[in-house]
Amino acid sequence: MNPGAWVLPMILGLPLLGALFAMCTPRGEHALSRGIGIATSTLTFVVSLFALSYFDKTQAGYQMVTDASWIPGLGVRFKTGVDGITLWLVLLTTFLTPVTLLAATRTIEKHVREFVAAMLVLETGMLGAFVAVDAFLFYVMWEVMLIPMYLLIGIWGGQRRIYASIKFVIYTMVGSLLMLVAIFYVYVSYADVTGVYTTDLEKLQTLVLPHKAQVWCFAAFALAFCIKIPLFPFHTWLPDAHVEAPTPGSVILAGVLLKLGIFGLLRWAMPLFPYGASVLAPYIAILAVIGIVYGALVAYAQDDVKKLVAYSSVSHLGFCALGVFALTPAGIEGSIYAMLSHGLTTGGLFLGIGVLYERRHTRRLAEYGGIWKQMPIFSALYLIIVMGSAGLPGLSGFIGEFLSIFGTFNAGDTFPDGYPNYLPHPRILGGLAATGVILGAVYLLFMFQKVFFGPLDKARNGALPDLSVREQVVFIPIVVLIFVMGVFPRPFLKRMEPSVNAFLGAYHAKLAEGDGPSRLVSDEFGGRARMAIERIRRGGSSAPLGTEPGTPSAPGAAVPPAPTAQPVPRGLP
Amino acid sequence: MEAKNAVNFLWVVPALPLIGAFINLTLGRRLSRQAVHFVAVASVAASFFTAAWLVVGPLRQAYDVYKAGNLGDVFELKEHLYTWIEVGNFKVQLDLRLDPLSSVMILIVTFCSTLIHLYSTGYMEHEKRYGAYFGYLNLFTGAMLILVLGANMPVMFIGWEGVGLCSYLLIGFWFENEAYATAGRKAFVVNRIGDCAFLLGMFLLYWATQGIDGGQSLDFSALRQVGETQPEVYQQVWWGRERLAAAACVLLFIGAAGKSAQIPLYVWLPDAMAGPTPVSALIHAATLVTAGVYMVARTSFIFAHSTTAMAVVAIIGAITALVAAFMAFAQTDLKKVLAYSTVSQLGFMFVGVGTGNWTGAIFHLGTHAFFKAGLFLGAGSVMHGMEGSGDLRIMGGLKKYLPWTRLCFLIYCLAIAGFPLTSGFFSKDSILAGAYAAHHEGWGGLNYALWSMLIVAALGTAFYMWRLYFLVFEGSYRGKEQVEHPHESPWTMVGPLVILAVLALVAGFIAVPHVFPHHHYMTFLPEWLGHSVKPVFHGVDKEGKEIMQVLPHLSAAKEWGLMACATAAGLLGIGLAAALYRKGPSPWVERFTRDGAGKALYDASFNKLWVDELYEIILVKPFRFLARGLFEIVDRFMIDTVLVNGLGFAVSTFSRISRWVQNGMVQRYMVGVVLGAAAIFLWTSRADAPGFTWRAVPAGIEFKAQPGNGLRADSVVRWDFDGDGKPDEATGTGTGTIVVKRRGEIASRVTLFIADPVWGKKSKDGKPTEWRKVTRKVELPGEAATLTQPAASGGVR
Repeated sequence: MNPGAWVLPMILGLPLLGALFAMCTPRGEHALSRGIGIATSTLTFVVSLFALSYFDKTQAGYQMVTDASWIPGLGVRFKTGVDGITLWLVLLTTFLTPVTLLAATRTIEKHVREFVAAMLVLETGMLGAFVAVDAFLFYVMWEVMLIPMYLLIGIWGGQRRIYASIKFVIYTMVGSLLMLVAIFYVYVSYADVTGVYTTDLEKLQTLVLPHKAQVWCFAAFALAFCIKIPLFPFHTWLPDAHVEAPTPGSVILAGVLLKLGIFGLLRWAMPLFPYGASVLAPYIAILAVIGIVYGALVAYAQDDVKKLVAYSSVSHLGFCALGVFALTPAGIEGSIYAMLSHGLTTGGLFLGIGVLYERRHTRRLAEYGGIWKQMPIFSALYLIIVMGSAGLPGLSGFIGEFLSIFGTFNAGDTFPDGYPNYLPHPRILGGLAATGVILGAVYLLFMFQKVFFGPLDKARNGALPDLSVREQVVFIPIVVLIFVMGVFPRPFLKRMEPSVNAFLGAYHAKLAEGDGPSRLVSDEFGGRARMAIERIRRGGSSAPLGTEPGTPSAPGAAVPPAPTAQPVPRGLP
Repeated sequence: MEAKNAVNFLWVVPALPLIGAFINLTLGRRLSRQAVHFVAVASVAASFFTAAWLVVGPLRQAYDVYKAGNLGDVFELKEHLYTWIEVGNFKVQLDLRLDPLSSVMILIVTFCSTLIHLYSTGYMEHEKRYGAYFGYLNLFTGAMLILVLGANMPVMFIGWEGVGLCSYLLIGFWFENEAYATAGRKAFVVNRIGDCAFLLGMFLLYWATQGIDGGQSLDFSALRQVGETQPEVYQQVWWGRERLAAAACVLLFIGAAGKSAQIPLYVWLPDAMAGPTPVSALIHAATLVTAGVYMVARTSFIFAHSTTAMAVVAIIGAITALVAAFMAFAQTDLKKVLAYSTVSQLGFMFVGVGTGNWTGAIFHLGTHAFFKAGLFLGAGSVMHGMEGSGDLRIMGGLKKYLPWTRLCFLIYCLAIAGFPLTSGFFSKDSILAGAYAAHHEGWGGLNYALWSMLIVAALGTAFYMWRLYFLVFEGSYRGKEQVEHPHESPWTMVGPLVILAVLALVAGFIAVPHVFPHHHYMTFLPEWLGHSVKPVFHGVDKEGKEIMQVLPHLSAAKEWGLMACATAAGLLGIGLAAALYRKGPSPWVERFTRDGAGKALYDASFNKLWVDELYEIILVKPFRFLARGLFEIVDRFMIDTVLVNGLGFAVSTFSRISRWVQNGMVQRYMVGVVLGAAAIFLWTSRADAPGFTWRAVPAGIEFKAQPGNGLRADSVVRWDFDGDGKPDEATGTGTGTIVVKRRGEIASRVTLFIADPVWGKKSKDGKPTEWRKVTRKVELPGEAATLTQPAASGGVR
């Protein structure tokens, strides 16, 4: 009836189990704890491949759902499921974790078993946040991720690790606390309307909040997620965290953690508060465009390789955020694709920096030069990763950037009340974002030239060994996937499409519900959503539904109360 | 079901070089040199033969079917591989397309590529990274073939960026030289600027044609179909009074200008000479740089909808042709002269496409590929003989040492100067005549201006090329100290030179002008290409009516006249060069460039008009400055120091203060309690402002004055219900605080006048004179702003 229901609990449980085992190994048995880490995370990856095979690409809803009562008194359930939006992100996580653990063999030499345990707990946290279909479970997992990451930076980090780790935690906490408040608001509002307390996302999604509340709640969610993305100007924790984190920390941070921001917007903030999203979308899109250009410019100004790549993440994630708020299928699928590609390419870039750092113990660009001569295999693989990141067609980065700019460019008619004409038109935003393509080449090739080209004139670079077999095992799968994702994007996109269309359909249908006190969606909701999906699928513009009489939704105009509402006299003593 | 225009094995053409590239790039270091160049040359040669077979076989057969009217409207063969990207109705098919235009291109590309691979086996024989070199060269050929064969814009874009990557790798092939690596990076970045515009042009076209493209997003035939059946799509007014086609075409042209080195994006090409010479021949002369011309010809049906866009293309092309020719005058490096010459010749081609003379432009592209590739290979042969030096100042009299190279070089120089009956003569004449004849709507006398610029550029071309020839091969040898014995190159290098020289001589006879006595085979090329690019233009005449026009034929007399002018310009250039450089630089040159205007001109040409320095000042430096400034000021200082750490500092300061307060000393706590209590008293004893409230009651609306704490309950109260700002007489004065009014009796703004009986100022007879006014907007729910009228029924829900 529900095939594959075992997969998700399994991939959540396996890393935890592994962490437990790792902690039970005797202190000093580094190889053993590393082995446990690599074995369990590889096993998790293999199990997650079952999710791919069980996945029905024609379905839009959650699949492989596990739904168990957890805290009955509060209506909290342990409910997990994957859809087209999460499927690939889950696979990205399970893929990157073993790769990272393998790469960390020489990087982490102290407290190895604790390191392995932290990485595995982190994996569970990330996977949990992706597959949670319950607000409480999501929030718990969201916070669970924080602690191992905090430890990774704080224990195995560099010189200023304490500052960086505290900055990371406080930044993230500020956002997530506001999100918690908003979750409470939704939870209580739902109970007010139905009398049932629940944190089940699928139920909460049927709640329509008053417009004003939607805007505030969306803002609270969006702040948490925008910090995580990180969107300009909430990004300054990222370079510090990346520079101080050890290589595996950076890889996971850039590869997976940042994606949770975009993912959160797609899974939580926008479906719950579509009106809030529609009001704030243009502004976030503008921030995203600023981030694209700004991140690229600032990346170019760095003399520390890791910081350069960290700022490049700000630029790349800007594309993802922009694509989401284009609210077109191309934009959203492009955004998800860009996230996957960024996970691979930036993960690869950080792993490469790790390789260099292990050999030279410096991250300053000026210390390198002419490395290609010394390490040809590494350089060639790194060039492919760099080109993937710069968005060369045929490699993974292109598809995501192309589709998200493309989606933005065509987004003019997706805003329900017309696009606010005092803001730059989406086509202009798309055009500005496209300059990120140029700037991406500028800073990435600058970095590549400084490290790999030029004369091999620093004496200490003269004896660097090329990649060992273990390191090749780390890099080659990444490079192969970068090629596969660039040449055959369709299998990936096909599995996202129904979920993305359903997301957009529900978004527009819920937007058409209009303002009014908290209530559940009307009976017409399902029909409207189906109509919207049909319209999107037919390929016409993904324009919103015409506002039927009786459901006005013009923002800013005086909003008459809903007919059923009791008139409440104002101004009584 | 197979479509009628389906073709098989087209994929083999780009796949063969790509396979070669894969082998050489992965295993190249372990293979022997023989194996490496065998794989490389064989894969490209096989690709050439496959291409040739496809053209004379399936395409030729399809032509008969097309002639018989059974192939549909467009003469093309397509191969569908798979669907590359599909999102919603945006569907990019990985399709390849063989039609007259792409057939000509693949033959040129694979042919030149084969020759140059062969040549490289000699030229690069001492190279350590042999496998990598041939791998890149193969990869380039594959990418170029994808560019040419791509049936839609995104697929073309794969090749478009792919060739850019190879160009980057090959320019920076000797990356240990920092300057070479920088040149490669510059090429890639400048190309990316064009690519960005190309992308936007693509998006704009998709935006315009989505839904009516038959599910073939951005497919060239589909776009063309749209232009034919619904020309209003491209002709819609877009920006100012210009059409959508103008915006899209200008964007596409910026892309083309990046790839084909047109002003202002040409700066990368001269630097690109850092790469090995065969690379310059193949990539930076014969194939890659012509991609822009090809792209404009490929999308000619859109350009035809906007005479503005075409004028932009033609003007930029003409200026580039002139300026680059001028820059070539004073270069002292063999390859630099050729580089500027390439830029200039590409300018000619863009005038061709800009005037709508698509076939002429492609014709010149082909002949240029032969003689310019030859010139570069010849230059390579010279440099090979000169132990790598390309300095013109130490050459001279080399005809003695390199007889074969010199002979070929002579032929190329004749061709590029437009010597009668050579290939360059015909192709340049075609472009010049086309420019002269192009009377597009709204162009005025632009065609004459273009023609004059080109004639001057043609004269310049002949001059600098022959200057080069004389400086290298004639006169006496000046480089005894540097290179003692220049030597001729091996047959692998000379062979390709001879083949190209033959082609440079005779290739013109596939497209002779109509006024020439000719067999019908001799006008084969324009007719063949005519099936792909139709010279039909859409414009608006003076009355604003939509008109269509074709490129007019010139009268025979005019055509002969133009031909004579072009020939005269070429011969004049050659003569001038002979006069000045016949036996090395003559004293005239010395005297002319010593001072005054002559020196200024010479310096301007020698320093390439200081464009690189100018770009450094207005673009590169500000960019670095901006990047650094944003990082230091915005990121470090404003966001991180002021906001983030500032917030942290504020929190910790607050906690420090509260720590100081909460230190357990009872006296301090007591002070706090007392101060707090005082504050509370102060707060509560503060006089409340007077006000009033209202509510709906069955009789109407009940108003209740609230004197607040500061006034006595029996304060004197007056009301203003009609909104005139004065107390209403009707309600009078009273201490009663409750008034009931019916709806409709009151304005939306109600004012309460209240006076304190004890403390307020009074006149002598005890009447209060100091009134305090409180005005409120009175609204009842559901009756907003309609209180003065009976509530409109149904107006509000």
